Amino acid sequence: MAGQSDPHLSVFSPSEVEFVAEDEIVDVVPNIRMDALNMICGDFGPFFPQIPTKVPLWLAVALKKRGKCTIRTPDWMTVDRLTQVLEAERESPREFQPLPFHYIEISKLLFDHARDDISDAYLVRSLIEDIRDVRFHKVESGLETISGRTHAVKLKNLSAMEVNIVRPFMVRTLQAFYKHDSPQMIQQADNTGSRATPVTDRGPRRDLRRR
Amino acid sequence: MSSWNDDDLAASSAAEAATTDVELLKRAWRNEKASPEILRFESPLVSRVREQIQLLEETLDDFADSGVDDLVVSLYQMDLDRTLFLLRSYLRLRLQKIEKYAMHVSRSDDLLSRLSQQERRFAKSCAEIMEKHLEQSVLSKLPYGYDSVTRQSLSSTEDDMVPEPQLDTFVFCKTKSDVGAFQLDDIGEEVVDLVADDLYVLRYKSIKGLIESGRIDLI
Repeated sequence: MAGQSDPHLSVFSPSEVEFVAEDEIVDVVPNIRMDALNMICGDFGPFFPQIPTKVPLWLAVALKKRGKCTIRTPDWMTVDRLTQVLEAERESPREFQPLPFHYIEISKLLFDHARDDISDAYLVRSLIEDIRDVRFHKVESGLETISGRTHAVKLKNLSAMEVNIVRPFMVRTLQAFYKHDSPQMIQQADNTGSRATPVTDRGPRRDLRRR
Repeated sequence: MSSWNDDDLAASSAAEAATTDVELLKRAWRNEKASPEILRFESPLVSRVREQIQLLEETLDDFADSGVDDLVVSLYQMDLDRTLFLLRSYLRLRLQKIEKYAMHVSRSDDLLSRLSQQERRFAKSCAEIMEKHLEQSVLSKLPYGYDSVTRQSLSSTEDDMVPEPQLDTFVFCKTKSDVGAFQLDDIGEEVVDLVADDLYVLRYKSIKGLIESGRIDLI
């Protein structure tokens, strides 16, 4: 209904996004011997000391907390790679660089629980923060370009947490433009109480805005 | 389903064979969370996950008796807890939606067919209770012509007092494979080229079919 806040605007809580990210696969180097784990979410191991193996992040963190493994920093979380990404982010003001969909959550979890396994942790952390800032600035300035001519937005390489943050703004903006542009609304502009049920599923003519 | 998309179905079931049920449930959960209306209940999937949960619970009991390493037990417990969370959240989410749109849902056969048996019962009783409550507390005290649960007044030409989900809203979605040029409206003036593994913000109504056929995921 018009004018009412829509609870669907914030769909996932940050902890739910983190929950999803915890299923991302990382490499761990165990220091214990343990049989394979046949879990509901998949089969992992067997684990042998010093032999790297792939496990979901939550399992890696659980083992790490108990001092049973070291977590291998993902390839993209190195100073070299992140410096490149940051530069590229700064050079292309309308594009996002490819990073893991959950790069914010993964890096946060690793910093919280496996800081000692990350080389140049301090630098890596500040690089990721810079990348986040640059990207978020792009998201914000991208919002300004939405107009009544936008019926679809393409956000290549935007990450999960970024989606979650921008979702309420993006959805409300698009909805507002869509509503005010629809032929029905223009006819009954003062009838704010009625639900807009367009007769045909036809929005106003708009261009696809690419980023 | 018509026959022309049998290939798609075969392809998607082949891809699903490679993913775990937890992965599928997570997808169902995300789609359900992000879509404004209630989606089809993943009945076989939910019963499979339930079975696996039960099996693991039994295994954990056995572990306790046979003195398996505490570490291993706690890891399995975490796996169990995560799956339980996902399942509970999925079921609760649906109940919330049903409660919110109880009247709307219980009046449409299409929507009712998307629910599980228990959900259908819940939807109906929810709508009944709400109607009864409104009747007793307000409507019975209103003058003739304004005492309908579903209409503002006799002059309303349609049921304008039944809350419905807003299908015109925009959703974030990710393509799984190339969809190609996709028509967003009825008359073909808005066309978007949906490329694999890309992120879009689109109107829910126009991509509904793609979600149902599993070609696009809401995020």
